Amino acid sequence: MATETSMRPRQEVKAQQSQQRKLEVVGSIAFVVLMAVVLPLLLSGFRLGLLGRFLSLAIVALGIDLIWGFTGLLSLGHGIFFALGGYAFAMFLQLNSLGEGQIPEFFGLYGVDTLPWFWEPFASLPFTLLAIFILPAIVAGLLGYLVFRNRIRGVYFSILTQAALVVFFNLFNGQQKWINGTNGLKTDTSVFFGQQVGSESMQMTFYLITVAVLVVMYLLCRWLTSGRFGRLLVAIRDDENRVRFSGYDPTGFKVLVFAVSGAIAGIAGALYTVQSGIVSPQFMDIAFSIEMVIWVAVGGRATLVGAILGARLVNWARALLSESFPEVWLFFQGALFLLVVTALPDGLVGWFRQQAPQQLRSLISKPEPLLTYPQIELDPDIQKERQEIGDRGA
Amino acid sequence: MIEGLINGLFNGISIGAVLLIVALGLAIVFGLMGVINLAHGELMMLGAYTTFVVQNGAKALGEGALEFYILAALPLSFLVAALVGLALERGVIRHLYGRPLETLLATWGVSLILRQFVRSVNWAMIAGLVLFCLLYFGGRWILQRQTQWEQTRRVAAPVILALSSASALAAGILMNQNGGNALSQPWFGARNVDVTAPAWLRGGLSLGTTLQFPYARLFIIVLTILCLIGVYWFLNGTAWGLRMRSVTQNRKMSACLGIPTDRVDALTFALGSGLAGIAGCAVTLLGSVGPNLGGNYIVDAFMVVVVGGVGKLVGSIVAALVIGIITYLLGSGTLALILPPAEALQPLVDFFTFFATTSMAKVMVFALIIAFLQWKPAGMFPQKGRSVEV
Repeated sequence: MATETSMRPRQEVKAQQSQQRKLEVVGSIAFVVLMAVVLPLLLSGFRLGLLGRFLSLAIVALGIDLIWGFTGLLSLGHGIFFALGGYAFAMFLQLNSLGEGQIPEFFGLYGVDTLPWFWEPFASLPFTLLAIFILPAIVAGLLGYLVFRNRIRGVYFSILTQAALVVFFNLFNGQQKWINGTNGLKTDTSVFFGQQVGSESMQMTFYLITVAVLVVMYLLCRWLTSGRFGRLLVAIRDDENRVRFSGYDPTGFKVLVFAVSGAIAGIAGALYTVQSGIVSPQFMDIAFSIEMVIWVAVGGRATLVGAILGARLVNWARALLSESFPEVWLFFQGALFLLVVTALPDGLVGWFRQQAPQQLRSLISKPEPLLTYPQIELDPDIQKERQEIGDRGA
Repeated sequence: MIEGLINGLFNGISIGAVLLIVALGLAIVFGLMGVINLAHGELMMLGAYTTFVVQNGAKALGEGALEFYILAALPLSFLVAALVGLALERGVIRHLYGRPLETLLATWGVSLILRQFVRSVNWAMIAGLVLFCLLYFGGRWILQRQTQWEQTRRVAAPVILALSSASALAAGILMNQNGGNALSQPWFGARNVDVTAPAWLRGGLSLGTTLQFPYARLFIIVLTILCLIGVYWFLNGTAWGLRMRSVTQNRKMSACLGIPTDRVDALTFALGSGLAGIAGCAVTLLGSVGPNLGGNYIVDAFMVVVVGGVGKLVGSIVAALVIGIITYLLGSGTLALILPPAEALQPLVDFFTFFATTSMAKVMVFALIIAFLQWKPAGMFPQKGRSVEV
């Protein structure tokens, strides 16, 4: 894309860019108005809650797009960061709804009578709000550093993240007495700013916060990917060796972008937790983390809008299908993976931007004039000359 | 003390043997094509279900057959999984070479489909599938006999795909609803099914007072060794094995020298899948068989491939045994027990006790694997070469 724009006159490019920016601003404002004002008036509480959850999943998709679409790192372990953010917020909510000196109820079941040390800091709101994204970022950064510094990449990286996911699942699932293991932490009945988290007004607030955070995260990713940093990420994706030979060390950039992506997932996890009412090790299910990748693939890699769109479309389809035919959903999802990978590698947005005009035109049988001709026989000039020669010969 | 250690070693080796038999097919495919097959666990599951079917067939034949069904189940599991693997390679993976991450996702899609397939498979579904194959491939065959195929292909292929899948789907649904119980009864259902080991594999070999080696575990160890010998012989003693090794080393050069690399790929994938089938047959001796059977083993098997490296088979062997033994020693708390009861070692004992459950042992093993990769990023036996890896 970069080469394409650099071939054209500068002013033309500038004009197009400013037009595109205008379009984007109008689009974002329309999106915010639709999400924050129109839909709450139209949808019932249940549907709105569902939408809020989908929007928080769209935030994760943005983070995955950042590392997969732009940097070419396929993480199958984003559930870790999602769950870490969720746990951080849920721990705060549990502590927040208790009186002085009390500890959460489930501790009693396992005979723990003092608050474990790692719970203590989560009593403070500022710490928790920081921890929601810093904790996942640290974990992601550490894992990323240990893997990338050895130039482990591609499939190796993917399966290592998957193994890390299983490990974290085991850690949270097995530690029954520290964080309530399999049962997870419920947030529905806990109190936040004097109100129950499960109450309608609180849910509405969280929904609006989710919309706002989605927009902010979109802008952040947009900013990250549009400048020099973004170009470097794409360069790492396309040819890491060449980046290395050009004098950059890709490790630092990869670690940074992986940490940012983890932080985004953490924020999304916190928002998802309060809107679904529970955080449990199920957030770190293998299938769930791979599903996150398919949202991005359906929408379109390296297109941030695509990530948001894909997350909402797939989850909407999931809600629709698993309500009516639960057994079809897995078939559908499997087919979706196959279809997207083989037939639609650029996703919906990519297809719409690049191939759709051509394919639609060829459907109504008017092929686009080719700039270069694949065969000499197809060149109209040559055809014309041949005809003339043929005519003369005859 | 010594007995505890021997016992731990035996259990570790037997865990390692299961890991190795699961990872063997994975490692061969990964070494040759750079493709990680996330559906490997589901191919195992198909092998396990094949064993279940063979066992039920043997039950119908009588007591004598039930004793030796496992000997028939092994080659059949291999065959079923290999055929499915072959279809998978020809149908999907062939189109994705050079895009390993996409292949990963595609095989995950296949694994989801296979998982749901064994849950809901019934005669109506099979009939629908057969109908689809007849319509689709038959239709293509008829159209291909026309000379215009290359021109009409772009339009004709999707149309025929849509038509045949729609009619097969409609027929399947109709049969499911109106065909009565015989057609719509699922074969296996979503619940786990049980495979009973033959009598001669139950019980165990006792040595001394506390040592006990279950026959099932011994059987798996022997089976793993046989598989290893078989694979080793195939790779080093046959013409196709030679071709496979040469493609693993340098694909382009092999292609230039006239080796049919796409046939080598298909064969390798079928072989790897078949080994998954055998692994599935083997693990029926250890527990019940369900649609999610593969998931329990697969991530550990990936780790074996990562630690072992892709250069040599021996890497997988060593990695599987080491991971198996460490997992068992940590998970069973043997390490905490065999330490001398000295005051100075108490923190160490506490440390090992903390990790003395199966799930916590996995946490520790993962940490060790990451640490190991700092030292040898490409595994124990990396592929040697002068070109910069791409």
